[in-house]
Amino acid sequence: MDRSLWIKIASIVGVTLVCLYGIIGIPKSQKELVDNFNNNIKLGLDLKGGSQLVLQVQVQDAFKAEADQLIDRIKTELKTAAVDYGSFDRNEPDTIEDSEKIEIVAKGININKAGEFRRIIGDRFPDWNVTSTSGSDYKLTMKPSSAIDLRKKTVLSAIRTIESRIDGLGLAESSVQQRGAAETEPEILIQMPGVDDPGRIKQILQTAALLELHEVQEGPFATREQMMTQFNGILPPGTKAVRGMGAQESWFLLKRAPVVTGRDLRDSRAAQDTMTNGWVTTFVLSQDAAGRFGRFTEANINKRLAIVLDGQVRSAPTIQNKISDNGQITGAATQQEANDLALVLRAGSLPASVVYLEERTVGPSLGADSIRQGLMSGLVGLVAVVFVMLAYYKKSGINATVALILNAIILIAILAYIGATLTLPGIAGVVLTIGMAVDSNVLIFERIREELRGGKAVRAAIDAGFKRAFLTIIDTHVTAVVSSAFLFIFGTTNVKGFAVTLIIGLLANVFTAVFVSKVIFDWELSGNKKVTTLSI
Amino acid sequence: MSKTLVHQPDSGRMQLFRDTNFDFMGNKWPMIGLSLILTAAGLVSLAIEGGPRYGIDFKGGTLLYVKFADKPSEESVRSALAKKIPGEISVVAVQGTNELMIQTEMRNEKELQSTRQAIEDTLASVFGSTPDKLNFTGAAAGRVYERLNLPLQKAGVFISDEDLRKLVTEALSFRDKQKGGMLVSLDELNGVPGLTPQILNVLKQEAYLGKYLVRNTEVVGPRVGNELRTQAVLATLYALAGMLIYVGLRFEFSYGFAAVIAVLHDTIITIGLFSLFHKEISLTVVAALLTLVGYSMNDTIVVFDRIRENLQRGRKGDMTEIVNRSINETLSRTIMTSGLTFLTAVALWLFGGQVLNGFAFALVIGILVGTYSSIFVASPILVAWQDFMKSRGNNQKSGGASPAVTTAKKLAAK
Repeated sequence: MDRSLWIKIASIVGVTLVCLYGIIGIPKSQKELVDNFNNNIKLGLDLKGGSQLVLQVQVQDAFKAEADQLIDRIKTELKTAAVDYGSFDRNEPDTIEDSEKIEIVAKGININKAGEFRRIIGDRFPDWNVTSTSGSDYKLTMKPSSAIDLRKKTVLSAIRTIESRIDGLGLAESSVQQRGAAETEPEILIQMPGVDDPGRIKQILQTAALLELHEVQEGPFATREQMMTQFNGILPPGTKAVRGMGAQESWFLLKRAPVVTGRDLRDSRAAQDTMTNGWVTTFVLSQDAAGRFGRFTEANINKRLAIVLDGQVRSAPTIQNKISDNGQITGAATQQEANDLALVLRAGSLPASVVYLEERTVGPSLGADSIRQGLMSGLVGLVAVVFVMLAYYKKSGINATVALILNAIILIAILAYIGATLTLPGIAGVVLTIGMAVDSNVLIFERIREELRGGKAVRAAIDAGFKRAFLTIIDTHVTAVVSSAFLFIFGTTNVKGFAVTLIIGLLANVFTAVFVSKVIFDWELSGNKKVTTLSI
Repeated sequence: MSKTLVHQPDSGRMQLFRDTNFDFMGNKWPMIGLSLILTAAGLVSLAIEGGPRYGIDFKGGTLLYVKFADKPSEESVRSALAKKIPGEISVVAVQGTNELMIQTEMRNEKELQSTRQAIEDTLASVFGSTPDKLNFTGAAAGRVYERLNLPLQKAGVFISDEDLRKLVTEALSFRDKQKGGMLVSLDELNGVPGLTPQILNVLKQEAYLGKYLVRNTEVVGPRVGNELRTQAVLATLYALAGMLIYVGLRFEFSYGFAAVIAVLHDTIITIGLFSLFHKEISLTVVAALLTLVGYSMNDTIVVFDRIRENLQRGRKGDMTEIVNRSINETLSRTIMTSGLTFLTAVALWLFGGQVLNGFAFALVIGILVGTYSSIFVASPILVAWQDFMKSRGNNQKSGGASPAVTTAKKLAAK
C-alpha cells in the first residue's frame, strides 16, 4: 500500500474519532456514555416537552412615552430660557409600523424667539427634527436613525425585563431571545423546557408592570361620557382620561406626564395592610426619584395622586403630607397576586406592552413518543436502505454502508459541536439524509458498472466512475442545498432545525460518498496487483 | 423489455434495467395526459375548497391533541365545546390512537388568551376532575413533589428531600415514557424503584388519575399566519428561481426552464393531492415541499447530465433519439436513487407518528411524482424547446445546423 493511501485512511479514522468524541466523549462506563450523549445532543422543546411563547413588543408605546417625556423637558428648558409657548401635544400612533410617525405639535411659540427655540431643540434634543408649520407653530419629528435606536433599545430592554422575570420564577433552563433577523424586529421568543402549563407565566410576562404616579386633575366620574360633557367634548391639553380599576366603572382625568414611573423603583414586596388586612404590594423609590417625588408631594398637599398600573388607576389617595420614597399598590385578591406584582415590579417594567402571537406546548409524553417514533423510522429506513444496497451491489454495498454510517456520525457530531438543537423535523432530516446520501453511492456505482461493461479494467473503471459521477453529485447537492437554504431563511425554529440537518448531511455526504468510499475501494484493491473482478 | 431484473450469472450483478430501449419520448402523450389529469384534479379540488387547507401555522387558531382513557365520540366533544367557544370547531379522531385533535379558528388576536383556557375548562367539566386532589395525569414534577412532601411527613414516611425528588422524576418518567403519559391505575407505579407501599398509599390519597391528557397545544394568532403564508410562497418561488439560475448556468437556459417546469409540476400536484386527501398544509409540509424542489431536481439533473454528455460525444440521431437513449441509460440509477430515498420517506410516513405525518406524506408523493416528471415532463419540454428553436432556425435560415448539434458544439467549446 502506498503512503498517500495510508495518510487518507489515517485522516478518515481521525475524523471518525473526533466525531465520536463530539457525540459521546470518552465514556468509562455505559452510564457515562448515555450521559455524555444526552449532554452533547441538545433536544428541542418538541422532543423534551415544554412551552414556547412568542410575543410582540408594542414599540409604539415607547415612542409615545418618549414624546411625553420630551414635551416635559422642552417645557422646562423653554421656561429657563424665557421662551413663551402656547401648547404642546402629540399624536397617537396605533400600530408598531406607525411608531416612527410620532409627532409633537408645538403651538404659540413667541415669534421673536423662534431662533432661540430652534437652537434649544437642536442643542438639547438632537434626536428630533423641527419644522415650522406656520408663524408660531412647529412640528417635531424623530430622526430616522434615532427612531431605529429607540426601537432597538425598547426591544432589548423588553428582553432583559422578561429574562429577569423568568429568572425570578426559577425557570433556569429557559431562554429568551429575539426572533427574526433584524435587531429592530419586535418579536421575542421564549422557550421554557419542562413547563407544560404556561398560564401563570403568561400572566406574569404580560403584566407590563408600567407603574406611573400621576397628578389627578378631576374625577372620579361615573362614565367617560360624563367626563367629556364636563369639558365640552375636548379634554384640556396635557391631560388624559384613565379608567379606574374595579367592576364599578370610574374615570379619572390625569395630568399626562407622570410624576414618577416604575423605572424609578428600588424595591418592591408583598405585604399585608395593617388596616384592612388585605394584601398590598409596597414599593420604594430610587434616591433620585425620591427627591423629585418629595418636592412634588410637598407642593401638592391635599391634592390627589393616582397610582396607575398598566393604564388603570389602582387607587387615588389624597396627599396628606410630604412622601419621599415609598408607596403601596392595593387591589390584589390573594397573596400570590401581590407577590407576582412585586416580582414584576422588581424585575422592572416593560418599556412597552406586549401581545402574544403564539403559544406552543408539548407535553412530556408526546415528546417521548416523538423521540421513539423518530428513532424507529430512522432505524427502519437505515435497515431498508442497507438491505437494498447489499442485495443490489453485493460487496460494494458494504462500502456504501460504511460511508452511510460515517455520514450519519459526522452529521450528528457536527450538530453536537455547533450546539444545534435537535428537533423532530431535525430527526426527519437525519432520516431523509440517509436516503439522499446513498444516492451518491448509487450514482458512482452505476457509473462504475457502466465503465466495466464498456470494457475498462477494474481499477480504471473505479477511477473513471468516481471522476465522472463527481460533477453530477455536485450538481444534485447544490440544488438540494439551495432549496434547504431558502427553507432556513424562511423557517421557524423547528423547520430551521430540519434545514440545518439536511444541509450538514449533504455537505458531509460529499466527503463520505466521494472521498471515503473511494479510499475503501483503493484499500480493497491495494493488496493484489491484478484485480479482474469487482463485486458491484 | 423482458430484460428487466435480469440476474447476470457471469458477472453476478443484479441489474434493474439493462440495455433497455423504452420509447419514452414516443409514448410521452399518455404520460403527459396523466400529468394533466392529476394537475387538473388537484386544481379543481383546490378551487372547490377555496384554496389549500392551511394548518394552524398558516391560518391561526388553537390546536390541541387530547388523549383519552376512553375515547368519547367526536360529536359529543364538539357540541360540548360549541357551547363555550364561538366560531368553527373541528374535532377529529387520530387514527390508531385514543386521541382527538381539537381545532378552533381564531379571528382576532384577543382570542389568543381565552380559547385555550375555554377548551381546557370544558374538558375538565365534561370529563370530571377532583378539585381538592392532584391530577396525576399530566402533572409536572414540581407539583407532584409539593403535593406529596407534607402528607408524607404526616404519614410518618421518612424519605429525604433528594430521594423524593428523584422518586417523583422516576415515576413521571415511567408514566411518560413507558405508558404514554396515562396510567390506568396508580398501582401500575409499583415497579418504580424506591416507591414503597406507604408512599403509594399517600399518593393514592393525594392524587387521582384524570381521564384525559392534553398532549400538545398550539395557539397561533392570525397575523402570524398571514405573514408565514406569504413567506412560504416567496421561499418556494425563490427556491425555484435559484434552481432556474443554477441549472441555466451549469447547462443552458432551456435545460433550466424544462427542469423548473417539471419541479413546479411536482409542487402543484403534491399540493393538489393534499387537497384531494383533505390534508392540511402545515409548516413542516412546506418544509417537505421545499426539500422536494431540491430533490426532484436531482433526478432531472442526472438525466440532463447524460443528455449533455451524449450530445458532446456527437452521437448520431436527432434530439428525441438522444434524449430517449439518455433516459434509458440512466434508468437504473434514477429508479435506484429515487427508490432508496422513497424507502426512507415511507419509513417516516409509517413510523414517524402523527406530528410528521403530513411532512412524510408530502415526501412520499413528491418523490414519486418527481421521478416520473424528470422523465415524462422535463425531458419532453427540453425536446419541444429544442425542436421549436430548430423550426425557428429553419424558418430564418433554411438548412442551418440542427440545434442539437449547435448545442453540442457550444458545450464542447466550453
